[in-house]
Amino acid sequence: MTTAAPAASRATATKRPADIAFQAVSTVAGVLILIALGGVAIFLVAQAVPAIIGPIPEAEGASFWDWVWPLTFGTLWSAFLAMIMAVPLAVAIALFITHFAPRRLAQLLGYVIDLLAAIPSVIYGLWGIAVLAPFFQPAFLWLGENLGWLPLFTPPASGTGRTILTASVVLAVMVLPIITALCREIFLQTPRLNEEAALALGATRWEMITMAVLPHGRSGIIASSILGLGRALGETMAVAMVLASSGVVSFVVIGSQNPSTIAANIALRFPEAHGITVNMLIGSGLVLFAITLLVNGLSRWIIAKTTVDGGR
Amino acid sequence: MTATIAPTRTAQNPLTAGQLPRWAPWALLGVAVLIGAAVAGLIAGASGTAFSLVTVALLGFVLYLVAVTVVSQLIEGGRKATDRLVTGLVVGAFLLALVPLISLVVTVAINGAARFDLEFFTYTMRNVVGEGGGVLHAIVGTVLVTIWAAIISVPVGIFTAIYLVEYGKGSLSKAITFFVDVMTGIPSIVAGLFAYALFALFAGEGVRSGFGGAVALSLLMIPTVVRSTEEMLKLVPNDLREASLALGVPKWLTIAKVVLPTALAGIVTGVTLAIARVIGETAPLLIIAGFTTNMNYNVFDGRMMTLPVFAFNQYVSPGVQEQAYFDRAWSAALVLILIVMILNIGARVIAHFFAPKAGR
Repeated sequence: MTTAAPAASRATATKRPADIAFQAVSTVAGVLILIALGGVAIFLVAQAVPAIIGPIPEAEGASFWDWVWPLTFGTLWSAFLAMIMAVPLAVAIALFITHFAPRRLAQLLGYVIDLLAAIPSVIYGLWGIAVLAPFFQPAFLWLGENLGWLPLFTPPASGTGRTILTASVVLAVMVLPIITALCREIFLQTPRLNEEAALALGATRWEMITMAVLPHGRSGIIASSILGLGRALGETMAVAMVLASSGVVSFVVIGSQNPSTIAANIALRFPEAHGITVNMLIGSGLVLFAITLLVNGLSRWIIAKTTVDGGR
Repeated sequence: MTATIAPTRTAQNPLTAGQLPRWAPWALLGVAVLIGAAVAGLIAGASGTAFSLVTVALLGFVLYLVAVTVVSQLIEGGRKATDRLVTGLVVGAFLLALVPLISLVVTVAINGAARFDLEFFTYTMRNVVGEGGGVLHAIVGTVLVTIWAAIISVPVGIFTAIYLVEYGKGSLSKAITFFVDVMTGIPSIVAGLFAYALFALFAGEGVRSGFGGAVALSLLMIPTVVRSTEEMLKLVPNDLREASLALGVPKWLTIAKVVLPTALAGIVTGVTLAIARVIGETAPLLIIAGFTTNMNYNVFDGRMMTLPVFAFNQYVSPGVQEQAYFDRAWSAALVLILIVMILNIGARVIAHFFAPKAGR
C-alpha cells in the first residue's frame, strides 16, 4: 500500500525524530479507537452486572431477563415491520434513480432522497406525532372493524394512532435513504456489457433488470438491508416519541397496547432513573449493543464473502 | 398468401406499429387522475367529509396502473405490458418517498414559523412558564458540545486515517479497520450510556455534563471522519508521494505538505457531514448532558441544554399553556433543520469547488 515500503526494505531510510513522532501520533490515534471501544464494552458490562446477576425491583419483573424480554421483542418486531416496508421501496427507488430516471436528473434525485437521511431523528418524532399518527388513526379504525379477525389487527384500535405500526412507518422512512444509497451504488456497478447485451437481444427494460441488474446485486441488496436493519434496531428518539407503549408482548399493530423498544425505553426512563434502575437500563443497552453487533457483523460477512468471488 | 390478410390498422410508419405513442401513458394518467378526483368528490359529497387528495392520488395511481397494463397488453403484448406496469410502480415508489420529505419540511416550516422571532433567539427558558422564552441556552449548548466533539474526533479520526493509509500494515491495521466498522454500528443511545458509565466513575451517580455529551458524540463521529478521510487519502495519486519522497522530503513532511493538502477539500467535506450527522443527535445528549432551563457556558460542569433535547423536552412534557411549548418545540426543530441543511449544502459546495483537479 505504502509507496516507500519496497525502497525501505532495501536501503533503510534515515529515520528523523519528526518522522518517528509523526508515525507514533498516527499509531496512537488508531490505538485510541481500540481503547475507546474496549472501554465501551468494559464500562457497560461493569455497570450492567449488578442488574443482570442481582435482584431487580419486584415492580419491574422477576429477573433481568424477564424484564428485558418484552423490550427486546418490541425492538425486533418494530424493526421487522419497518424493514418489510422499507426494503422493497428502497430497491424500487434505487432502480428508479439508476435505470428509469432521466440521466441528467438522476444525481439530483439521489440527493433529494439523501436529504431524508440528514433530518434529525427528533424531528421525525415530532412529525410522527403531529402528522402521521392522526393521519393513520382512521385507517386503523377501519382495519380493526373490517380485518379484526387477523391477529395483526385485533380491535380495539388505538384512539391516538400512536401504535407500533406508525412507529415502524417512521422507522421505515428513516432507514429508506440508507438502503437506497447503498443499493444505488450496487446497481451502478452492474457490468454495462451485461445490460447492453440484454437490451440488444430485445429485452424490455424490466427484463434487462431481472436478467442483469438484480442477479448481480442480490447479495448487495441483502447486505444493505441488514445494515438498514441495524440502524432501525438502534433508533431511539422517533420511537420514544411516537410510540405509546405499555410493555406488553403483542403482535397487534393497531392497538393502544404496544411493546416498547430497548432504545426508546432507555431514553424515556434514564433522565429520572437512579440506583439499580440505572444498571438495568445500561444492561438493556448492552443487549441492544449485542444485537446490533450481531446484525452488522452478518451484513459485513455477506459483503466480504461476495466481494471476493463477485468483484472484479 | 400474405396479401389476403387485411391490415388490422393503418400505421404511417411501420417501425412504430404495435407501439403506444409517447403521449399515451400521460393521457391515461390524466384520465385516471380525473376519475380519481371525480370519485373522491362523490365520496366527499356523500359522506360530508373533506375532499381527500390522498384518495385522488391512490385511486388515480391504481387506475393508471390497471389502464396502462391493459392497453399495453392489447396493443403491445404481454412483455411490454409488464415493463410498463413495473415502470409505473417504480416511479410510484419514488413519489411515495417524496411524500414524507415534503410533508415533514412543510409541517416544520409552518409550525416553526409561529415562534421564529427575535425573542426566541435572545432569551433562555429561565423562569419562563407558559409563553415567551427562547432557545439561546440550547443553541449555546449545541455549539459548545459540537465543538468539543469535533475537537476530540477530528484529530483522532484524521490521524487514524493517516495511519491506515500511510503506515498501517499487519494485524493492528486490520483490527483498527474492523473496529471502526463496528463503531459505525453503535446505536447512538449506547454511546450515551457509555459516556455516562465513564463519567459516573469519576463524578459519581447522576453525573451530567456537556463534555460527556461531546465524548458520546465523538464516539459516533470518529468512524465517519475516519472513513471519509481514508477514502480521500486513497484518492491522492501515488505519483505525488513518490515524487516528494524521491526529492528527499521526509515521509512526515510528504504527508503534511503533499498528501493532506491534496485531500483537504474531501476531508473538510467529510468532517462537515459528520458534524451535520451528530448535531441532530438527541438520545446520547438526553442521557449525559441532561436538560436545564438555564444558560451554562461550562461544558465540564452541570447540565447543558441542546437544541434536539430542547425540542424533545418541550414537546413531551408541556406545562400549563401547551401550545406555547409545542410552538417552541417546532421552532427549535426548524432551527435544527436549517442548521443541518446549511451544513449539508456547505459540504457539497466545498466538495464541488475545492475538489483537487484530477491529475490528468
